[in-house]
Amino acid sequence: MLQDKDRIFTNIYGRHDWSLEGALKRGQWDGTKDILAKGRDFIIKEIQASGLRGRGGAGFPTGLKWSFMPKQSDGRPHYLVVNADESEPGTCKDREILRHDPHTLVEGCLVAGFAMGAHAAYIYVRGEFVRERERLQAAVDQAYDAGLLGKNACGSGWDMDVFVHHGAGAYICGEETALLESLEGKKGQPRMKPPFPANVGLYGCPTTVNNVESIAVTPTIMRRGAAWFSSFGRDNNKGTKLFMISGHVNTPCVVEEELGIPFRDLIEKHAGGVRGGWDNLLAVIPGGASCPIVRADQIMDAQMDFDGMRGIGSSFGTGGLIVMDKSTDVIAAIARISYFFRHESCGQCTPCREGTGWMWRVMERMRQGNAAREEIDMLFQVSKQIEGHTICALGDAAAWPVQALIRNFRPVIEARIDDYVSQHGMAAE
Amino acid sequence: MSVRRLHPEQPESFAFTEENATYLRKVIARYPEGRQASAVIPALMVAQDQEGWVSQPAIEAVAKLLDMPDIRVLEVATFYTQFQLSPVGRKAHIQVCGTTPCRLRGADDIIAICKNRLAAHPFELSADGDFSWEEVECAGACVNAPMVTVGKDTYEDLTAETFNALIDGLAAGTPPAPGPQNGRFFSAPANGDTSLTDPALHDGSVVGKYRAFDREELTPTPPAAPAAAPAPAVAPAASAKPAAEKPIPKVVEAQGQADSEKVPDQYKPALLEAARDGKPDDLRLIWGVGSRLEELLHKLGVYHYDQIAGWNEMNLRWVDQHLGSFRGRALRDKWIEQSAKLATGWRPSDKDGDKPA
Repeated sequence: MLQDKDRIFTNIYGRHDWSLEGALKRGQWDGTKDILAKGRDFIIKEIQASGLRGRGGAGFPTGLKWSFMPKQSDGRPHYLVVNADESEPGTCKDREILRHDPHTLVEGCLVAGFAMGAHAAYIYVRGEFVRERERLQAAVDQAYDAGLLGKNACGSGWDMDVFVHHGAGAYICGEETALLESLEGKKGQPRMKPPFPANVGLYGCPTTVNNVESIAVTPTIMRRGAAWFSSFGRDNNKGTKLFMISGHVNTPCVVEEELGIPFRDLIEKHAGGVRGGWDNLLAVIPGGASCPIVRADQIMDAQMDFDGMRGIGSSFGTGGLIVMDKSTDVIAAIARISYFFRHESCGQCTPCREGTGWMWRVMERMRQGNAAREEIDMLFQVSKQIEGHTICALGDAAAWPVQALIRNFRPVIEARIDDYVSQHGMAAE
Repeated sequence: MSVRRLHPEQPESFAFTEENATYLRKVIARYPEGRQASAVIPALMVAQDQEGWVSQPAIEAVAKLLDMPDIRVLEVATFYTQFQLSPVGRKAHIQVCGTTPCRLRGADDIIAICKNRLAAHPFELSADGDFSWEEVECAGACVNAPMVTVGKDTYEDLTAETFNALIDGLAAGTPPAPGPQNGRFFSAPANGDTSLTDPALHDGSVVGKYRAFDREELTPTPPAAPAAAPAPAVAPAASAKPAAEKPIPKVVEAQGQADSEKVPDQYKPALLEAARDGKPDDLRLIWGVGSRLEELLHKLGVYHYDQIAGWNEMNLRWVDQHLGSFRGRALRDKWIEQSAKLATGWRPSDKDGDKPA
């Protein structure tokens, strides 16, 4: 169980002063100048050694990502872009960082920007987070006033500008290249990769896009050392992580815990247990809406980290757990997720644009039971035609919840169909 | 995606207020010279804040301000669903989150109240024109479900009762304080904090406490890749040297290299000199692996299903980039999953293997 002294986000609930004064007292901006004085290579090496994996869902090693940035500028500026377009159902951690602990992120921008040779960082906050954006902007302004950002930031000799940008309600802009398109003032439609952003990113310049949490933890990792951070969790799944526990638990909350904490402990300790007791647990979506849904028996004793969730056929995603008790209509729950992806498809690739709508319509019929049993296999098969056939991962993200529902709850779907047939004679169509 | 069109009735003209125009000049200055188009979303948002919705004259005004063709701004206005393309309620436009986490905790009740009290359909004005509502896709407050957004504020942890009170308050011009409506403190657990209770975190005693970076040799040695079968040298050879001296992966310079996103050798999986007992598994039973690819895997030192099944994703990526012209196959065909299944003794019906699910 993680102790308070090892938590990185010490004001995540906003019980204390969010501003620079409070942040300084919590040990943020402590020795930032000396960290930068250690040099780019040292910082990148240290972040690599810490085992930090991206906290935005894909889990790509952060230090490795930074190392892809060109060592020497070829004349083009480098950019750091922070992805604060947190929009996936079940995910609401970055909001807490932005509004209650914004200086972790602002300091992180300086450290990360310096490490990748960037003099400018853009933080792309989702449009709906208006108050959070105002708070972040205020924190950035404080940092400028105190000389922590701007020319010769922190007295380090490095010039660093941090700009707060925002979107306008498009989930797809959380995809890194769609985010860059959006930041350039266009529709948020993902770009083909390659070229990767590390070579051709924002305004055609070398760019690294990182999640808020990934950036916000880096100053603390640098202060306390890679060895400290990697002392939590198991190999390949190091560090601490913000978990978001929503749905049918007694006390939903956001909490920072050690990666690899058993599911049962996490829920018991911080979320007050499952509503109606452990026997009442039906299913969990472990990492945000795009992650495959798993049954209670699969997750009950699983470890909450990247490998733990992969081991049960799901994905750790962002650590946003959606807990469902036995009162849940699990088909309706996934049908609503299908609607979400249908709504958020950017319309660029045909399999996703057409497929997400098609899957949602079939899911809606399955919800009522107004379908034929053969259609379950057909739905599965069509979802396979979407997965992997699109430019970005939204097509995959839309297909996984449906596939997992069929994999893990097929008897429920079949029973619903049988019920419908017994009441209505036969399925329509 | 949703199909969105401009409202049939459009106002004559639009102009930013002096205050908003000043603000936008500041916004435009955030972007490099000639990249003022980046300000299109902030500009449209300011226009919407000013008028309540985004009209065609507003779109044209933004296009002029940012020196963009009208169509580019129209594209943006119709793509991003936060822009209201028709007039909304005078007093409030209520955005109810209707995605699964909120549904699980009673968003259906909230939507039913909207239908009964405000307007039968989303985006429809209430009879007095004061209210309108819509169902939105996740507003990012899942642990405070169910929730609604009104203007810039969110009202969370709602019940039918508190939501009705919110509508009453908005109608009377005295809305309740934003945030959780059940007395809870933001996203903290409702019945008392289970973390961050140590006063030492906040009293300044941590300042200067951690300066690990002052010590030169603090980096733990990443597990050195076991010396094994000859691997084609792509990244700088790493295995034997101590980590402290290990060069960080050579940073990409040319475009072609940049695109390959090299996986350093620290992720090299354990490889074998030869098959155990001289009996390799039939790797061709992995869907997508034929005789040439099998030969290549043998050369790399991969002979058994359980070897592959034991890799993590980074190991898989490392191997994948050593597959020459077959690059991409290991990831695409999900070798780990396939091998895990084969390692259990299960065998596919087809000699080419089963296409991974």
